Amino acid sequence: MDTALMPEGVKRCPIWKFMAGLTPVVLVLLWGIYAMLLCWLKGLNQTNMNNAYGFALWIWADLAVIALGGGAFFSGFLKYLVGKDELKNIINFAVLIGFICYRSALLILAIDIGQPLRGWFIFWHANVHSMLTEVAFCLTAYFFVLCIEYIPLVLENRQLDRVPFFHNLTHNMHEIMAIFAATGAFLSFFHQGSLGGVAGVLFGRPFGFREHILIWPFTFFLFTWSAAAYGPCFTILITKITEAVTGKKLVKDNVIWLLAKISGWMMLTYSIAKTADTIYWAVVTAPAKGFVLSDFYTNNALYGYWILVLEVGICGWLPALLLVFKKTRENRKLLWLAVILGVIGVSLNRWVMVLQVLAVPVMPFIKWILYYPSWQEVATTLLPVAYGIILVAFSYRYLPVFPQEAELNPIDPPVGEVAPSELETASTPDAPEGDLQPAQA
Amino acid sequence: MFPFSFEWIWDMGHMVFHGGLWYALTIIGLGMTYCVIKAAVDSSKGKGSHHH
Repeated sequence: MDTALMPEGVKRCPIWKFMAGLTPVVLVLLWGIYAMLLCWLKGLNQTNMNNAYGFALWIWADLAVIALGGGAFFSGFLKYLVGKDELKNIINFAVLIGFICYRSALLILAIDIGQPLRGWFIFWHANVHSMLTEVAFCLTAYFFVLCIEYIPLVLENRQLDRVPFFHNLTHNMHEIMAIFAATGAFLSFFHQGSLGGVAGVLFGRPFGFREHILIWPFTFFLFTWSAAAYGPCFTILITKITEAVTGKKLVKDNVIWLLAKISGWMMLTYSIAKTADTIYWAVVTAPAKGFVLSDFYTNNALYGYWILVLEVGICGWLPALLLVFKKTRENRKLLWLAVILGVIGVSLNRWVMVLQVLAVPVMPFIKWILYYPSWQEVATTLLPVAYGIILVAFSYRYLPVFPQEAELNPIDPPVGEVAPSELETASTPDAPEGDLQPAQA
Repeated sequence: MFPFSFEWIWDMGHMVFHGGLWYALTIIGLGMTYCVIKAAVDSSKGKGSHHH
């Protein structure tokens, strides 16, 4: 029925199967929309936020998806500015993931501000002393950049590309994409940094406060660095999940390994910086404010030393080392493990820097304040996840997201001729993706 | 947001924050304007109509 809309040279499942597969996701989406409407119509009393938790699950989700969406700006930076041309085979998907992540962040913010009709106030009545103003500026402008990077992919749809104007527009946008990518990298550097800077300047909350370089706290640089390091991890993870769901190999191993290698080195250098920052904070910064390390990790039901070990060690150093070494990077299971741990690690870091900061008592007579989200908060946080899955599904079905898909999955291999993907698998018996089969006609 | 807004002050904060914003928006706007106009001109010359 919709075959004419699909990219040439690839096979897709029947439309009924596609729609049936998306049904549970659509139900989650509708649940999220219902919760969103409750928040808008009845107000933020639908949440468990209070005077102690002005930032809660939504802001954690915001920071997490912005970090995970960092794969778009960093992949674009590597391809267009550094010249890693191999990444052209995954850049479309990285842009799509970035687009979904940033769209999700803006949607969550639109719910979080309670009165979205006043959302424009942050631009019109900007508080130029707030790092969050810079975040709002850069986030919005970078979302425009991501739209610009996503539009050519949409216009490359088989039918839209037949329209000469769209074809020429796509061509022209590709020609100057390096300028947009550079703008995106500029914007990302500052908004990722400022998100970290928010915790780092809280001198009244020693758990978050860090030393500064000029006006920027260490967390400014750590957040930017971690987004560039772990964003590509998320891109690889979603690519692997898409391959598993479709049962196809969509990106050649050398592309994945290159991105994994760069990500691994970024994660390793980040882990060194993060460890140094943590040690300095624990032995110098916090004691200067009258706190010892145990004040931040004891006397409460949730936040123990385990969270520090998990974030910095198990989900920081371990995936970094797994991706740095060729042997472990090119092992399918260890690659999966590394990217999953990496994604958990950066998400956990954002949780710590948003929610643990607010939970730690700052006065001797104050106790730990723990928080759990309301179902409306959970539903509205799952809403962008469902929306993201739907957009990935439609983009994969109708747009040429993976340029290598047709080559790796030939529909009608001539009799007696070995398909390219089989050749590749045969030549590398230990290849991590050897168990994936080419699509059958 | 604009110098003609009643809240506007010509201080470093406003110039840096809003300067950065308008710098980025200008690049994005000019880039897209160039692409759209060039696509319209190219299409009027018949480019891109025989690629299939």
